[in-house]
Amino acid sequence: MEINSASQLLELCAERNQDIARVVAEYEAFRGNTSYEEVREQMRETLRVMRASVENGMQDKGERTHIITGYGHQFQQGCNEGKVLGGSLLQNVVLYALAVGQHNAGVGRIVACPTAGACGVVPGAVLAVADELQSSDEELVDALFVMGGVGIVSAAQGPISGAEGGCQSECGVASSMAAGAVVYLMGGSGEQIFEAASLALQSHLGLVCDPLASLVEVPCVTRNATSATTAIVAANMVMAGIPGVIPYDETVVAMKQIGKSMPESLRETSKGGLAASPTGRRLYKELLDKHSL
Amino acid sequence: MAQIGLFDVVGPIMVGPSSSHTAGAVRLGLATRRILGVDVTKAQITLHGSFAATYWGHRTDVALIAGLLGMAMDDERIPRGMELAREAGLEFSFESGDLGDVHPNSVRILAEGGGDKVVIAGASVGGGRINIFEVNGFDVSLDGTYSTLLTKHRDEPGVIAEITKVLAVHGINIAYLDVSRKTRGSEALLLAQTDDRIPDLALQHVQRIPGVIVVRKLPRF
Repeated sequence: MEINSASQLLELCAERNQDIARVVAEYEAFRGNTSYEEVREQMRETLRVMRASVENGMQDKGERTHIITGYGHQFQQGCNEGKVLGGSLLQNVVLYALAVGQHNAGVGRIVACPTAGACGVVPGAVLAVADELQSSDEELVDALFVMGGVGIVSAAQGPISGAEGGCQSECGVASSMAAGAVVYLMGGSGEQIFEAASLALQSHLGLVCDPLASLVEVPCVTRNATSATTAIVAANMVMAGIPGVIPYDETVVAMKQIGKSMPESLRETSKGGLAASPTGRRLYKELLDKHSL
Repeated sequence: MAQIGLFDVVGPIMVGPSSSHTAGAVRLGLATRRILGVDVTKAQITLHGSFAATYWGHRTDVALIAGLLGMAMDDERIPRGMELAREAGLEFSFESGDLGDVHPNSVRILAEGGGDKVVIAGASVGGGRINIFEVNGFDVSLDGTYSTLLTKHRDEPGVIAEITKVLAVHGINIAYLDVSRKTRGSEALLLAQTDDRIPDLALQHVQRIPGVIVVRKLPRF
């Protein structure tokens, strides 16, 4: 049993007459020489850690971060004080994503998804949609399998690290994984899952990885929030009948080729982009002076 | 093509902020602790390249110490690593240094404990994956994904054959075998990475082989 592309995964679903969630879980049981139920239990644990990272991240007031200052906590206060627009769904997507990104930057326990730098995107989109739809935990576990399926076909065909592909391959892939899971929770088909994944990734193509001072703080944490909202927008468009046009596999290959033509300065080296801006360089110098060995 | 694991893309569960600079560093520290085989009481740590430049931002230093104390990469006590080291009586020092033509995220650790000491050098190669490329001056390649038998033994005919025979008798399949020495007839090092868990009895049998000086097993980490 192999999963190397979205088209192959959808063929497997048709052959076995199972949905993506089931096929991905069976694939992992086969690959890891374990049982479907054990894989399911591991995903339940993953969900527990994701939820805890949201809760803990909302308490984090930035004691352990260098530049950012408790973004989840601040956004929650902003919501409570009625300062932000959007209904509870949009507010929660941003709140959860910021909280997890903050928690990661603050040396907290998170689920890298697909990477630590992009770990807020999936909890932001998927947990907020599950709240909205009042999905059960077992439905959420299935949605996480779907999300994992999108991740597997992405990693099989393209880079999953800022150093190789820029941020499009971290927050971009996270957003496509989240979009797939959201479509699943909304009751969409396997084809629609990958159409939404494609639209989400299309909106991230060309995005560079240029973090200030080699930290996972600016622009990473706020970008986790915008990438999470993109996942919802992509899912909504597809559910309304707007097509992905470019198949997901082709979008991933485009992402890989764009990554190859990105200069090294824009691939997690903190040498270009925002990291090289006057403010970026000043902050880096201040931090270096404070911490030199 | 190697198949991508579900929990490689939905995971690992780890303490942030960086899989390469934090999670990988915890594993390098833990590997050192496992190779030494007892609690570490003193550690001299040399950070190379990107590790030396950005350790403070990603808490690479705290992560290494947490690993040396025996923590895994998802241990929520990791941020308190320095404080816990003091409580545990682990003395440590950090310096930056050039380890040569190696991966930018590399570290050398001299760890002491129980009257013994070990020097390891290793790299965090991305996504929390590591590669230990030197143990006590011997070139090796160890990534912690297999149960591993490590021996220090005399470089004499038949010692390696006896060691692998013990593994065979216990039904343990060797996935990768590394043997290295410094000069002919001196001390040599063997690392057998195995598909199966190594039982204590097998370890005792290896210990009894003439020519074997030290034997340890390293569980996956």
